Amino acid sequence: MPEFIYLYRSTQDQYREAVSSPERAQQMMNKWRAWMKDLGEKGFLTNAGQPLERTGKVVGGKKTTVTDGPYAETKDVIGGFSIVKAKDLDQAAQLAFGCPIIETGGSVEVRPVRQMDG
Amino acid sequence: MEPGELAEHLFRREAGRLVAALTRLFGIHNLALAEDVVQDAFCRALETWTFYGVPRNPSAWLTTTARHRALDVLRRDATARKFAPDLRHQLESEWTLSQTVNEVFEAGSIRDIQLRMMFSCIHPHLPEETQLALVLHLVCGFGVDETAAAFLKNGPAMQKRLRRAKTALAESTELFRVDDREDVAARLPAVMRAVYLLFNEGYHGASAHSAVRAELCAEALRLVALLLENPVTSTPTTHALAALLSLLAARLPARVDATGNLILLMDQDRSRWDSALVAEGRRQLDLSASGTEVTAYHIEAAIASLHAEARSAEDTDWRAIASLYETLMVIQPSPIVALNRAVAVAQRDGPARGLEEIGKIADRRRLLRYPFYFTALGEFEFRLGHAREARKQFEAALRLARNPTERHFLEGRIQNCGTLQQRH
Repeated sequence: MPEFIYLYRSTQDQYREAVSSPERAQQMMNKWRAWMKDLGEKGFLTNAGQPLERTGKVVGGKKTTVTDGPYAETKDVIGGFSIVKAKDLDQAAQLAFGCPIIETGGSVEVRPVRQMDG
Repeated sequence: MEPGELAEHLFRREAGRLVAALTRLFGIHNLALAEDVVQDAFCRALETWTFYGVPRNPSAWLTTTARHRALDVLRRDATARKFAPDLRHQLESEWTLSQTVNEVFEAGSIRDIQLRMMFSCIHPHLPEETQLALVLHLVCGFGVDETAAAFLKNGPAMQKRLRRAKTALAESTELFRVDDREDVAARLPAVMRAVYLLFNEGYHGASAHSAVRAELCAEALRLVALLLENPVTSTPTTHALAALLSLLAARLPARVDATGNLILLMDQDRSRWDSALVAEGRRQLDLSASGTEVTAYHIEAAIASLHAEARSAEDTDWRAIASLYETLMVIQPSPIVALNRAVAVAQRDGPARGLEEIGKIADRRRLLRYPFYFTALGEFEFRLGHAREARKQFEAALRLARNPTERHFLEGRIQNCGTLQQRH
């Protein structure tokens, strides 16, 4: 089955909104766990993936400039990624609809992983 | 890592602990900063645990995260902000900074600070309900909306109230000191009253959700445990309060039936009372019997203990209970205490005597907004076979009922009156 990468995008503010009260943090945590667990149990999850720090550097341009993080709190950044297996892009996207990040205004970018198929 | 289980209300418990520890370091005038750091730690937990699972010791993980953030803030803002004045020298020097921060974040130390935070919340300039809301919010880790739900306020109104209250707290730089016996003695009665009221809000409160109300009772028990841990706040009266709350909480499982209907004390299945809480209540009652002070908590706990000893309503020592209510009338006279006394007299001498006693209550007018007043009248009339009169009283009680559980109960009673009427 083809693989897809989920890129979890949100702003720092959206994440803070997700933990706006301790009980809300608890609920969000439970939702994330339930969602991941469900993906795993149904055999879609290849790799739960890893979180990314919000700090970093962007290197590039003709003069090879280096831009420093941390990114502004309102900037939509990738907070982590997971890898799933699905029949096709549509199914992978469908599965992503259950992701709790959407509830707090974030999004999941679903990208097919290209294989070395010549 | 295998994902561990997430304990119920983990974040709420941790919020109470961490806000206390951070406030100790930053000073109470920087309460908002402390709350911010806690939110950061929660944010990090959410972002990290999602991928790696819940760590084996989530509390330790959150504590470590908050501690690191605290060190960052203490270093970064050293010149811009004033932190806890009594820790100023320790926090200023790199030599002592981390040692001091580590000490504050030790488990035992956090408990002490939570106690101080509780005393700070009972700020004499704040109205009682605001004090309670602050305790629930800052010590128990209830969010603004949950605090609002506990007191049947809307979220924005509670937000405003809490914000104003925090401004009042921030006028000071230090948490209340619980090592000064005189200061403690002056504020302890108000602290205990807050715990008692919080419990009552859970026990009789108007909130529709019995789950919310059970949580309030549980929080009150936690708070009284906090008071019992410190030798300065663990007085005989504290033990009396602990006894009362434990004995009342023991009845919670038997207080509603499977469909959520209220069951009166007389009709409760006593085998469903929590025997561990009954035992704890008795133990606390024994501990309360030292010193010279006899408070309303002592008497109320003694009454609750008599109920706990009895196998059934008939088996209860109503004579002793009636006389304890008489003592309570001396210590803390109120029409409600008088009403309770009348109920005990009715159990001892029959419903007609009960009605007579109610008739004698001075200030009876003040009971006209109290549903149990009409419920008691209804019960007595019912037992005398006066269906029509009983019905009238239950209907009056129904109009005053404060939550669905009470309403259900009274509707059932009104139906019984109908059945009784048909039989005659």
